[in-house]
Amino acid sequence: MSYSKRFAYVLIALALLALAVAPVAQAQSPVVITWWHINTDETQAAFWQTIADEFVAANPNVKFEIVVLENEAFKSRLVTVMQAGDPPDLFQSWGGGVLWQYAEAGLVKNIAAELEGEWRDSFSAQAALELYGRNGEYYGVPWTWGAVGMFYNKALFAQAGIEKTPETWTEFIEVVKTLKAAGITPIALGERDKWPGHFWWVYLAIRLGGEEAFLAAYNRSGGFDAEPFVKAGEYLKELIDLEPFLDGYLGLGYGDQAAAMGDGNAALELMGQWSPAVQAGSSQSGGIGEDLGWFPFPVVEGGAGNPNDVLGGGDGFAVGAKAEPEVVEFLKYITSPDVQRRAAAIWVVPTVAAAEDALTDPVMQTIVKARNEAPYFQLYYDQFLPPAMGQVVNDSVEALFAGVFSPAEVAAAIEAAAQSELE
Amino acid sequence: MSTIRFRVLPRTVPSVADETFIRTRNKWLTIGLLALPGMIIFLVFFLMPISQSGYYSLFKWNGFGPPTDFRGFSNYVDLVNDSIFIRSIGHSLILMSSSLVIQLPLALGLALLVGRGKLFGRQIFRAILFVPYVFSEVITALIWLYVLHPNLGLMNKVFDAIIPNFKFIPWLADRNIALYAIFLVLTWKFFGFYMILYMAGLQSIPKDLEEAGRIDGCNEVQVLRFITIPLLGSTIRLTIFLSVLGSFQQFVIIWILTQGGPVNATSTIATYLFKYGIQRFALGYGSAVAVVLFCITLFFSIGYQRIVMRQDYALRD
Repeated sequence: MSYSKRFAYVLIALALLALAVAPVAQAQSPVVITWWHINTDETQAAFWQTIADEFVAANPNVKFEIVVLENEAFKSRLVTVMQAGDPPDLFQSWGGGVLWQYAEAGLVKNIAAELEGEWRDSFSAQAALELYGRNGEYYGVPWTWGAVGMFYNKALFAQAGIEKTPETWTEFIEVVKTLKAAGITPIALGERDKWPGHFWWVYLAIRLGGEEAFLAAYNRSGGFDAEPFVKAGEYLKELIDLEPFLDGYLGLGYGDQAAAMGDGNAALELMGQWSPAVQAGSSQSGGIGEDLGWFPFPVVEGGAGNPNDVLGGGDGFAVGAKAEPEVVEFLKYITSPDVQRRAAAIWVVPTVAAAEDALTDPVMQTIVKARNEAPYFQLYYDQFLPPAMGQVVNDSVEALFAGVFSPAEVAAAIEAAAQSELE
Repeated sequence: MSTIRFRVLPRTVPSVADETFIRTRNKWLTIGLLALPGMIIFLVFFLMPISQSGYYSLFKWNGFGPPTDFRGFSNYVDLVNDSIFIRSIGHSLILMSSSLVIQLPLALGLALLVGRGKLFGRQIFRAILFVPYVFSEVITALIWLYVLHPNLGLMNKVFDAIIPNFKFIPWLADRNIALYAIFLVLTWKFFGFYMILYMAGLQSIPKDLEEAGRIDGCNEVQVLRFITIPLLGSTIRLTIFLSVLGSFQQFVIIWILTQGGPVNATSTIATYLFKYGIQRFALGYGSAVAVVLFCITLFFSIGYQRIVMRQDYALRD
């Protein structure tokens, strides 16, 4: 055997060996999951890190690249990577119109096949889950979901001699007047950020027009200049004219609003389930604790909406188009009852029925009950509708607060945006 | 022998024309080679994005995928017809002219006070007055959010202490006041920068000229009017240039203080661009705004440099 021939045999043997090893190597080929979340709070971020570590321990081939971004920074950076066609594998999503827009551009992955069956049935917030998909496709799941409602200061209500929380709009207006007469600022609002104020208009529109009016306007069989939407502005104008808000509220931000509630400087606010934590964090006193109560948005007499309809939203994770199967497995792990229960102890309002027993705070239990019982769940406009429309709603309602727009002009501006964005 | 010399000499000494050609060629070759890295960076990071903006501005485009919905100049037509955009330009002009009329003279006055002369502790004042410029714009805006807070803010508390029965002013919430409140913050932030420029300019003015003026019987106002300020001319022209461009491009402080609100009362071209272009996912429209802003600043820059600052360049040559 010549030297070169022997060399050739060795080469062939090596090649065969390499072929034999290749599939094994591939099965354990490292998967890097890029994960963007917005839970900048130290304990929350640490919790997600722990969950990721647990998943890595069970799947040693997986590695995480976790990017923690502040809400606004996340939005602008996500837009940039989406425009570059390079979505993260797993990222914060509120569902609805924005997510659907990503789906249309093919930037998110359809996980309907994996979701089908047990995983899907485990969710108690079914209405919320529907917002993460469309036409039988799903691109993500919610892991915390709440509702917007009235947080109020029981002590200040008692001080003003108010014995029961208002159930109708008329009663609510009376409560506001009583509070004001007692020298208490009735409502905390930071309208510089615009979104805190738009809840008022949207909730009134839900009570007045219900699911039907909104979906008709969304499907373009109706319009946002229909009667319920104009009336929503008129009812809100009635409230604005009472001047029930913090002084200079047009120049204040949500942080100021939460601080006013947390320090007992205002009697109530219309806000989402995150409010107690923000109140405690933004205020000097650390929140009002036991004095904080919750009641649903009052019913508007003669309105077409079901009194139990709820406005709200939450957080979910969407799966990027280029994600490996491990990413879906990880998402399943995040919404497993065990992880949800542990998360509930920190800040999450579980979306999975089996984990709901972890909520002990009475305010939170009331909110979850309202969420699960809602016949119609209205996602925040600025998430459901295309982003441009959401901004128009926020801006127009701000103009109503500032007395620049009339109720009819608000509805007309939103309808004009709908015509250019939805048609 | 003589024939050889006759033959060789004309060939080794190149004609004057040849020599000029070679020198010019080498000069341009050197300039070209040395400028190449800079040119490449300029092309990739400046000219290309600018021309891309121009291209995108012809589309209705939300930023996802390549732009396909060609609309010609409709974005520009919408822009001109949008009263908020026109008002935003107006606000930019107000900020610009107030800067020229109030901020620069203030900076000049302070520069004259603390830049020279015998004022007690002027070095300390100089340092203190320059401090605001050292802060980042974000920090500045956040500080002033507290100062201008309607109930708890320092501003209202101070007025309350001085004026009896003072009614608290919601500085950033009142649509008629907010823009001026922002101007106040911008002035606070930037006058130190112009003050330093004026101080540097003052130092280059020879003292004997002013002294000669005094000996000839000028009073202090006349010295200032006819000697100091004319000699400070090139610095003043430069600060006007920087101030105009700065007010047109200012974004950070306004955005943090009011986000252009309440209801567009403090919207400028830059905040309009961000709000209607980026936030509303209308990148085609936003690009059109950017092109307009670019043209305004470009024409101003070229015109101003050509007409007003020309003499300053001539002096240096």
